[in-house]
Amino acid sequence: MAAVAAVAPLLATHALRRTFGGLVAVRSVDFRLDRGEIRSIIGPNGAGKTTLLGIICGRIPPTSGRVVFNGRDITALRAYERVALGIVYTFQIISIYKRLTVYENVALAAERRLMRTPLDHLVAVRLPVAEQVEGALDEVGLRGTASRIAGSLPYGHQRLLEVAMALAAGPEVLALDEPTQGLAPDEIASLCALIRRMSATITILLVEHNMQVVLELSRRITVMDRGAIIAEGSPREIEANPDVRRVYLGL
Amino acid sequence: MTGQRGRPVLALHVAVVLLLLGLQFVVSPFQHGMLARIMVLAAFAVGYNVLLGYTGLMSLGHAMFFAAGMYATGLTVFYVGAGPVDGFLIGLGAGVVLSAAMGLIVLRTTGVSFLIVTMMFAQVFYLTTLYFNRITGGDQGLILTGHLHPLRLGALQLPFADPAVKYNVALAVFGLCFLLSLWLTASPAGRVLVAVRENEDRTTMLGFNTFTYKLLALVISGGISGMAGSAYTLLFSYVGSSFASILYSIYPLLWTLVGGSGTTIGPLVGTALMTYVVDITSGVTPGYLIVVGVVLVVIILKFPSGIVGGIRARWLPWLP
Amino acid sequence: MSLEGHLVLALLEGLVSSLVVALTALGLSLVFGVMRIVNVAHGEFFMLGAVITWYVSTAAGSFLPALIVAPLAVGALALVINRVVLRPIRYDPAATIVATIGLLYIIQQLVLTIYGPYARPVVPPFYFRVDLPWFGYSGYKLVVAGVAALLLVATWLLVTKTTLGLYMRATQQDRETALAFGVPVDRIYASAFALGAVLAALAGVLVVPEQQAHYLMGLDALLLSFMVVIIGGLGSLPGTVAAAFLIGMTDGVVSVFFSPTLARIIASGLVALVLVWRSGGLFGDAAA
Repeated sequence: MAAVAAVAPLLATHALRRTFGGLVAVRSVDFRLDRGEIRSIIGPNGAGKTTLLGIICGRIPPTSGRVVFNGRDITALRAYERVALGIVYTFQIISIYKRLTVYENVALAAERRLMRTPLDHLVAVRLPVAEQVEGALDEVGLRGTASRIAGSLPYGHQRLLEVAMALAAGPEVLALDEPTQGLAPDEIASLCALIRRMSATITILLVEHNMQVVLELSRRITVMDRGAIIAEGSPREIEANPDVRRVYLGL
Repeated sequence: MTGQRGRPVLALHVAVVLLLLGLQFVVSPFQHGMLARIMVLAAFAVGYNVLLGYTGLMSLGHAMFFAAGMYATGLTVFYVGAGPVDGFLIGLGAGVVLSAAMGLIVLRTTGVSFLIVTMMFAQVFYLTTLYFNRITGGDQGLILTGHLHPLRLGALQLPFADPAVKYNVALAVFGLCFLLSLWLTASPAGRVLVAVRENEDRTTMLGFNTFTYKLLALVISGGISGMAGSAYTLLFSYVGSSFASILYSIYPLLWTLVGGSGTTIGPLVGTALMTYVVDITSGVTPGYLIVVGVVLVVIILKFPSGIVGGIRARWLPWLP
Repeated sequence: MSLEGHLVLALLEGLVSSLVVALTALGLSLVFGVMRIVNVAHGEFFMLGAVITWYVSTAAGSFLPALIVAPLAVGALALVINRVVLRPIRYDPAATIVATIGLLYIIQQLVLTIYGPYARPVVPPFYFRVDLPWFGYSGYKLVVAGVAALLLVATWLLVTKTTLGLYMRATQQDRETALAFGVPVDRIYASAFALGAVLAALAGVLVVPEQQAHYLMGLDALLLSFMVVIIGGLGSLPGTVAAAFLIGMTDGVVSVFFSPTLARIIASGLVALVLVWRSGGLFGDAAA
């Protein structure tokens, strides 16, 4: 049994619970995320993974319990406030500005950090984000696409655009909701490489169904079933865990 | 949306204002009154477009902002003897205050709900002006001539009855609103508004408090509408309930959609076109609204993004 | 007349108008529920029902044929509008609003041109008085209330018991799935739109012996329908009826005791607040 971590977690939930009418989607979850790791949350459909992510990002309010980030209780903060703190989320179904250019998509994310005072909002010139935008596009592999209309990009590139936007928003924690969904094998491989590169400076929280990706990338895996965490550990530990195998394979 | 094209775009807009300035020397004095009216109503449409075209919120209640400006100015001039400048500022203030108050209530809704809620509140406003008709004059309205002092600019006395004064004051108001709308599209705040229109959820998840931005858009929109209403009353010396009716909520929607929502010049084009169509056809047949209706249906079938919108799509993609 | 007399009068008036408003609003609610569009020209179908009735009763010398002719004519018009205007714009909500505003102008002004600006009476098919302790009340109005109630029930049966109704409800719930299951969504849309128009027209036919036919009468009907549909919930039939009673009764009572204008102010304000508070009305689905 590993010693209790002496370092405070970057993100933690305490007794987090969420019900929808009669359905308990998340039941008393105590979740800890350490700085610098790549953590995957897996589990069968309806396990509560997306709900948990939604509560962490502020899109869904919990029925009870707390969310703590960097030592600060953020339970009452709304989603947009959490982004400013560094919790950035990408959608399961791609959500970008289809009619704007790739540049404008990413620039918006970057500009937000520069728009602090009312005066910043009024200045009628482009805020100095060009370098940041090109940097983010470079990082995800979309160099040279800046002037294209976002909706005209192929699906896989739109997914990368979303990641670029997330990068430009300046995340400390990046929550990716099923990012490999709908991607071709080679796109999945380059996305994994990207995630690995990003994890040098950003803590990654991943909700995924693709087990190969999960086992390859994660430092630790959290397994959920029916609203509760049933197992947590390294990929090897999880692979061997009998509870996990029962839940997934019905053995 | 570009910064690289900034200079030509600004030049184009200034050119439009200068064109209007020069137009008064070329057309007959009768047309002055007509054009003044068009410019004030176009300012109203510009204000409406800030909310519809740039933020993506369709309201059927803007008559209340226009009328708030109109009544605030008209009533203070009529009963308290306020001067035109004071009256104008009061009217502008009324538009701003009312839209801020409304915004806090109605911006929780969106889409069809927003449309109907704004329509309902405007209806309340309209009925209230009728209910208190002893003060407001109700449908008959109040005539301000005799109560309205001329505009004082330094040593100059400019009576509002003079067509040249009407024209240039209207032009000044329109020009101000027009250039304001251009500034908005170029500013970071304006870009956020477009983002809200395109994908509000995504905009929230990029860290923006979309409620605040929508409120800002509504206050600018309502403020400009109030300004237009105030100007209308000063220039045409009249307040009346009809300007608070649903008709004056439908008109800016119409003019903006016909001209092209989401473009800065569209509202002017739409207002001018529809006003002239109505003017010409009403001289020909009492059923002129049929023509208006047909124009509407045809435009929405053929040019779903309005006239200027169509121009932008086909030939001039850099038009804001 | 005593206070209780006034109250009974107010309640009776409220009852009659509630049922008629329910009928008109039902059409609007159906169209929004199934097609997800707002038809700003809905009130004009009501007006056309009344005006066509005038023509028919003048030509035929009797009111009764109008009960068939008017709804059929208006229904046919609705089908044409659906085909020529609504389908090409693919039922886009914003475009539909603009297009139906245009149609409102066209229909209203055509009637103005052909029928004229005057309100004209229509002779009721029968006349009898119901004598109450406080006043005599028009028997025709009571019959109107009864017929309206019957039509409401008939519509409810149509929607819940027939295949057409099933298809409509399926399309309302989930258009994509309905399409996938082979529901002829285009024809359902046309039927819903026509049915909505027919209901409004019938309401117009029923009230015209009491109210007189006038080319502007559609606007009031439209606003009332909007109010009812909002409070009752866009797309909810029982909600529409309940809201119609709420609005109709309030309107009736306040009108009799205070002033009609005040009644409308209160009603409009109430509607707006309800919509802000519950973005789907009191009964409807929250996706508005």
